[in-house]
Amino acid sequence: ALMTGSLPGFIDVVRNLNSPVLLEDNVIGQAKAAGKRMIFYGDETWVKLFPKHFVEYDGTTSFFVSDYTEVDNNVTRHLDKVLKRGDWDLLILHYLGLDHIGHVSGPSSPLIGHKLSEMDSVLMKIHTSLLAKERDSVLPSLLVLCGDHGMSETGGHGASSAGEVNTPLILISSAFQRKPGGIRRPQRVQQTDLAATLAVGLGLPIPKDSVGSLLFPVVEGKPMREQLRFLHLNTVQLSKLLQENVPSYEKDPGFEQFKMSERLHGNWVRLYLEENRSEVLVNLGTKVIRQYLDALRTLSVSLSTQVAQYDVYSMVVGTIMVLEVLALLLLSTPQALRTEAELEVPLLSPAFSLLFYLTFLVLWAIHVIVCTSTESSCYFCSLSWPAAGGVMLLLSALLCAAVSALAKMCRARSLLRKNPARPHSKWSELELLIVCGTLGHVLSLGGSSFVEEEHQTWYFLINTLCLALTQEICRNYFLDDGDEPPRRFPVEQGLDCAAPALQDSGGYCVPRPDRVCKRRLPSAVPGGRQRWMVLASPWLILACCRLLRSLNQTGVQWAHLPDLGHWLTSSDHKAELSALAALSLLVVFVLAQRGCSPVSKGALALGLLGVYCYRVAVGNVLFPWRPDSRDISKGIIEARFVYVFVLGILFTGTKDLLKSQVLAADFKTKTVGLWEIFSGLVLLAALLSRPHNLPVLASSLLIQMVMTSFIWKPLRHSTAEITVMHYWFGQAFFYFQGNSNNIATVDISAGFVGFDAYVETPAMLLTAFATYVGPLLWACHLVHFLSSERSSGTALSHACFCYALICSIPVAVYIVLVSSLRYHLFIWSVFSPKLLYEGMHLLVTAAVCAFFTAMDRTSITAS
Amino acid sequence: MHKLSVTQGSTMKNTDIRRLFYAHLLCVLSVILSTFVPSFFLESFSILETHLTWLGICSVSVTAVNLVLYLVVKPNVSSKRSSSSHKVARFLKCCIYFLMSCFSFHVIFVLYGAPLIELVLETFLFAVILSTFTTVPCLCLLGPNLKAWLRVFSRNGVSSIWENSLQITTIASFIGAWLGAFPIPLDWGRPWQVWPISCTLGATFGYVAGLVLSPLWIYRNRKQLTYKNN
Repeated sequence: ALMTGSLPGFIDVVRNLNSPVLLEDNVIGQAKAAGKRMIFYGDETWVKLFPKHFVEYDGTTSFFVSDYTEVDNNVTRHLDKVLKRGDWDLLILHYLGLDHIGHVSGPSSPLIGHKLSEMDSVLMKIHTSLLAKERDSVLPSLLVLCGDHGMSETGGHGASSAGEVNTPLILISSAFQRKPGGIRRPQRVQQTDLAATLAVGLGLPIPKDSVGSLLFPVVEGKPMREQLRFLHLNTVQLSKLLQENVPSYEKDPGFEQFKMSERLHGNWVRLYLEENRSEVLVNLGTKVIRQYLDALRTLSVSLSTQVAQYDVYSMVVGTIMVLEVLALLLLSTPQALRTEAELEVPLLSPAFSLLFYLTFLVLWAIHVIVCTSTESSCYFCSLSWPAAGGVMLLLSALLCAAVSALAKMCRARSLLRKNPARPHSKWSELELLIVCGTLGHVLSLGGSSFVEEEHQTWYFLINTLCLALTQEICRNYFLDDGDEPPRRFPVEQGLDCAAPALQDSGGYCVPRPDRVCKRRLPSAVPGGRQRWMVLASPWLILACCRLLRSLNQTGVQWAHLPDLGHWLTSSDHKAELSALAALSLLVVFVLAQRGCSPVSKGALALGLLGVYCYRVAVGNVLFPWRPDSRDISKGIIEARFVYVFVLGILFTGTKDLLKSQVLAADFKTKTVGLWEIFSGLVLLAALLSRPHNLPVLASSLLIQMVMTSFIWKPLRHSTAEITVMHYWFGQAFFYFQGNSNNIATVDISAGFVGFDAYVETPAMLLTAFATYVGPLLWACHLVHFLSSERSSGTALSHACFCYALICSIPVAVYIVLVSSLRYHLFIWSVFSPKLLYEGMHLLVTAAVCAFFTAMDRTSITAS
Repeated sequence: MHKLSVTQGSTMKNTDIRRLFYAHLLCVLSVILSTFVPSFFLESFSILETHLTWLGICSVSVTAVNLVLYLVVKPNVSSKRSSSSHKVARFLKCCIYFLMSCFSFHVIFVLYGAPLIELVLETFLFAVILSTFTTVPCLCLLGPNLKAWLRVFSRNGVSSIWENSLQITTIASFIGAWLGAFPIPLDWGRPWQVWPISCTLGATFGYVAGLVLSPLWIYRNRKQLTYKNN
């Protein structure tokens, strides 16, 4: 935006990570074309953006955010030499240190003061040498000091709070006249204005996509004629851009003002040529300038609002496809959750072939009509014909499948009605909570505040889940014995249905076997100690969740509150952080080694030691016997050491799985193999997560252990319930880690663990893993738990179906919501980042489901 | 003979429902009066600004009405031993139970994310008013008997309309308080979005709704409701 003057689109965030060559028209390109000599020192991104533009450059890689002295020294060391030489026209310096400090330790870090005074001295050096040089040159030079973004309360950027989008812009030049009357108040200008101003100042054409307007105070010192000339150039460029983008540009107020000021300008030039040097000329001149400035402002505003265009047709096609898949999933729920667990999609039924062809033809016709009638570019129309045809085919096939599933369900329903002996089953409180929670979460996605504070929704839901579990446990354990008569005998069933509470459908008196009671019946009432553990376990989980919640404050409204994470990462509390990290790693080891084979146990222990050594090497934590070592490296050796163990454990796990598949009946090997894969992922997560997030990992393992042994096993929940609980906890842990629905909280430093430089594919994969570590670990645990618990064999496919369903409901509804809210004020700042997160989450879910299916296959072949 | 007993039972039930309805009306009145009467005596009283005062007054008045109702109506006439020392012990036990429930509600709120150190008084008064809406009626009706409580609040465990209405009002207050937490993250900037005002208001509305709805619901379903002890 600084150099092109155009507005960044949202998708630019994704492109940012590997910056390709900038192809749009920009100031640097224009300067190069005009034969200016440019020199650049600083962030490598510039060199990638403008290859071969600079006669001399030295790029520094910008992604090692923990380094904040070297990046700047790298720039400053060239400064003296270059300033003395003076054989350049444009010198660009990009100082990164302040940004890195912000990312690492936030805006209140003690390092910031030092950095700012260092920058002050650099600035003074440049200014004095420029002044010295100007004595023997004709043209004055201009020193531009600006920041490309601000800093949020936590030190990140990329969102849209006031602290992040406001940056200072200072222009220093001897060409400016010092005005009497003390200090002038700073004005607010748009970032896009800088490109136009620089182009005018350097005598270059303004980049053609720029929506900025000239900063008028810059040219105030020039004679009237030149001022008018500059303004004219700028308005002509803007009105051209308007003509390209808006079909009815002639009615635009900005364009009318432009025409009017052009006419006035003509009058002024005529007067000027008539050598009319009177007051009239000056008055008319100022009037023209005012007119031009108004025109510029209006044009700029109308261009900025015009930029967001939506490709409605493609959006509709995509939404329809998503909704069809969701409908198919929902309609086949009763079928898929039966004990046989068959999910057959009836595609070949002959009755629907006619419908299929009809839909296909209609869609094709619509496609042709839409694509021939619209002038604006449309992604779906620009696809090649076979690809579009394939999409059409898929759409109509899905529609037919959904319709036939619906028909099948109606048939089943009518069959049921004929056969009233089938008992009605009522929902237990837990199932009610699960359904209400899912629906409530989905509906809450329509509000921008709820999207910003989505973590609160999840914390609230898992708390309620724990309380519901407490209630269930109490009911099971206290009503079973004691003075309460055994109400589980079929004799009393007639009475049981007499007083339905809470359920609105209450009132019928059909004798029904109480499903909840029946399911729980086989669970023998355990002895005293076990019983108290079971009773205490939800409270333990609640306490854990409360602690984790105060570890990382995320979201928007309360993100500025002090949290434990900041307290731990501040440099004064390094000892506490070290103790906590070591303790968490120990807990992780104790909990994760339970299911491993001896070899992997050793590997896990060494790997966790390696994690601690890595954190020491990076400088986050300390060894107790070397409390003040100062040598900080990138920890590449340590990190690679850990990677070796991660790969080793994953390899043993896979080997065990394959072995269990070959030696059909070996059930135990498979469980061990799955657990080894799980613990390998835990080790990788321990390596990638920040040291203050290690307790999150430890308590996630702790909660899994507690839930498994004290809640799921004794209470015998159904597969669907267990799956949903895993999903909810996974989501909550996503936010416990400090993530939010804001791009700025993605921890990109995870992608550089163990690498010298930025390598694209592993960095992307590692960052994605580190971000979604919560949902992934919980899903992995679910696979292990189900395959170790259930021998029925359908549990895994049930779980896979439920997981896919519960993940796809929010995504599908969210896509519809976002499409309908596309003119909402917060669409770019709140809803779009969430859409990116949801898309990424969907990919992760797809990977998890593939894993599920693979496991299911192995269990089928094994049995 | 058989027919006669059935009609007798149904009239008994109808009078019971009527008594229940009047009792609940009194409770609703106590809530309403506690919002409007204090403004005659206290300067600058309003629910939002002097929220804590309102909480205190409301909880005291609801407790008083419940106690009076308990003494007057006596829904369960089954206390066999009635020595005065036993009564005192029972009363003390009730007080302890009430305090325990206040503290445990406080703990639950903190677990739900209420601030631990700041706003302790607000959180505690919210716990007190929620206990007033839920624990006090339970104590009045069932006495300090945890087994009976668990029985009433489990599925199909109620044995009279009084217990049924108790179940409905209690669960309605809980759901009201639960739903009351939803507006807190919204960015509307209203004064009632501050913790714990929306939750207390939600609990109050839930309680009142439960009081109003439960007699109506029992009246509508009176044919289907049969209790084990009747």
